[in-house]
Amino acid sequence: MAQILIDKVRKDFGAVRALDEVTLDIADGEFVALLGPSGCGKTTLLRIVAGLETQTAGRIVIGGRDLTEVPTRARGLAMVFQNYAVFPHMTVFENIAFGLRMQKADPTRIDAQVRKAAGLLHIEDYLDRHPGNLSGGQRQRVAVARALAVEPPVLLMDEPLSNLDALLRLEMRAELKTVLEQAGTTTIYVTHDQTEAMGLADRIAVMHGGRIVQIDTPTEVYRHPRTKFVGGFVGSPPMNFLPVEVTGGEARLGGLPVPAPVTSGALLAGVRPEDFAIVAPDQGLAAEVLVVEPLGSHTLVTVRCDGATVRVVTPEIIDWPAGRRIGLKPDAGRVVWMDPQSEQAVGP
Amino acid sequence: MKTVRRLVYATGVVALCAWVLVPIYFITLGAFGGRAGVFKWPKGVLPGETFSFAAMDTFLRIEGVAHAAFNSVIAASICMALSIALGAPAGYALARYSFPGQNLYRLLILLTRAFPLAILALPLTVIFIRVGLYDTPVGVALIHTALALPFAALISSSLFMGIPRELEEAAWVFGCSRVQAFRKIVLPLALPGIAATAIFAFVISWNEVFAASILTVRERTLTAYLLTVLSESPLHFRFAGGFLLIVPSIAFIFAVRKYLFAMWGIANR
Ligand SMILES: Nc1ncnc2c1ncn2[C@@H]1O[C@H](COP(=O)(O)OP(=O)(O)OP(=O)(O)O)[C@@H](O)[C@H]1O
Ligand SMILES: [Mg+2]
Repeated sequence: MAQILIDKVRKDFGAVRALDEVTLDIADGEFVALLGPSGCGKTTLLRIVAGLETQTAGRIVIGGRDLTEVPTRARGLAMVFQNYAVFPHMTVFENIAFGLRMQKADPTRIDAQVRKAAGLLHIEDYLDRHPGNLSGGQRQRVAVARALAVEPPVLLMDEPLSNLDALLRLEMRAELKTVLEQAGTTTIYVTHDQTEAMGLADRIAVMHGGRIVQIDTPTEVYRHPRTKFVGGFVGSPPMNFLPVEVTGGEARLGGLPVPAPVTSGALLAGVRPEDFAIVAPDQGLAAEVLVVEPLGSHTLVTVRCDGATVRVVTPEIIDWPAGRRIGLKPDAGRVVWMDPQSEQAVGP
Repeated sequence: MKTVRRLVYATGVVALCAWVLVPIYFITLGAFGGRAGVFKWPKGVLPGETFSFAAMDTFLRIEGVAHAAFNSVIAASICMALSIALGAPAGYALARYSFPGQNLYRLLILLTRAFPLAILALPLTVIFIRVGLYDTPVGVALIHTALALPFAALISSSLFMGIPRELEEAAWVFGCSRVQAFRKIVLPLALPGIAATAIFAFVISWNEVFAASILTVRERTLTAYLLTVLSESPLHFRFAGGFLLIVPSIAFIFAVRKYLFAMWGIANR
């Protein structure tokens, strides 16, 4: 059993607070993605779980065992480092075999495991090479294979697919998901790519400025962001925020009455780009087209609406010149409400 | 523009090579040119008709040269071994751990070189006589180690700094203790640099004259011995002596050059 409890962990680097009261409870076999912008403390949290960094306060518990005094090598985990950290003086084979050799596994098992992991990451042709003669993406896959080969109960991955091309990344994503699910590995997966997090994770923990601002399933994070930051960070293009004035429990979005969670005051209405319907100019919110970007499967239309820039995604193929006037009708059931001061979600 | 740059580059390379090679070349000419060759001008490219092993031969037969050379090798080897054995761990600590007064410590290491040996010579001699190290290669080696150690520590510290900490951390993650990680990861990667540091310590000891002259009487090292013997010898003997001093250093550097240039990924191509 390898459930992970990160309990009120704080980390200060001198005057810099990298982590602030981070609490995260991960079930055995669960796949949790840590998602957040650069510098929000993802790597730091992972390193604390691995025991490579000591927390200023709080504790890490894995499988019921408090790990505060346990050195890295005895924590029974594997890790993919953000900068790979493959051993330059060893062949790819020896790199992948390293963990098993340390466990004194028998040679036939080592050979089988190494080939399996290498095959999974499509690096079986490079087993005899040294990392110095591999490309960045190949080296990164060596690092992932090295971690998978030991079949650890807990796997920590720090942006393990960041250096791969789009196609390979898609392929690796699917393979990782299958393998880790089959093995029942408890995984913490750091990324700042929100599609990766959405696609892989059972739950996403969104981090911002050293705190976890929301932990939920991918759909929940997408549908009901707890803060304005989450709405803007998760989803591409990001959520649109329109300032509205509420009176009598209703906000008016371009003449359209939408029920609001408060009776009166100023709010921000968060609307996903695909939750707008494009209508005639005299209906809904008046908007002026700025740019139309055909993206194949859908079209991204950037419009100016009430002085703000709003992005709309529509499945239709359209071909409008800039300056055209249109109307926008938000899907009232999908609007999320934020307090403009605290930027926290308001209502259910 | 490109040709100018190439010209500057070529000039630089030639100048550097000349800086090292010309003196060695003239010493070699002098050593094998015989008595006449030394004063011949202009010099030939090769020793030519005056070529002879005579100077070398006579020189090698001078009583004590072989013994002094042997002492030198012993002293330099001990100096090299001690410098690495003590300097490399100190360098590792400097590179990997941060502790209060770290920069002061770095400075102190270098300050050991600020004491003039001439002032230390008398008390050192007295102490060495007392503990029985006077007039032994081991005693000389200890002093040479004191000279080489600061550099060994500082050079190896920058060496270890060049090895990413994450490599070691990865080793810990996959089950290594600190010692194992050092042995399996850091040491192999640091080996080229450590070899360079070793050469450095060896050459410092091999070339050192002052301490060796003061601390020995009969068990002289080669440099100290030659200094006394050669001051009264003819010029071509001196060249022979000089040649003999250079040869081991060059041979040694040649022997470990593989480690100097074995930067990973290049050597394995
Ligand atoms: N050793 C350190 N000393 C001082 N500050 C540090 C140290 N390591 C990290 N920090 C700081 O802690 C904060 C979090 O860093 P961290 O590396 O965890 O970010 P990250 O979320 O992994 O970012 P990225 O996506 O760019 O990798 C940053 O502000 C960083 O400057
Ligand atoms: Mg990071």
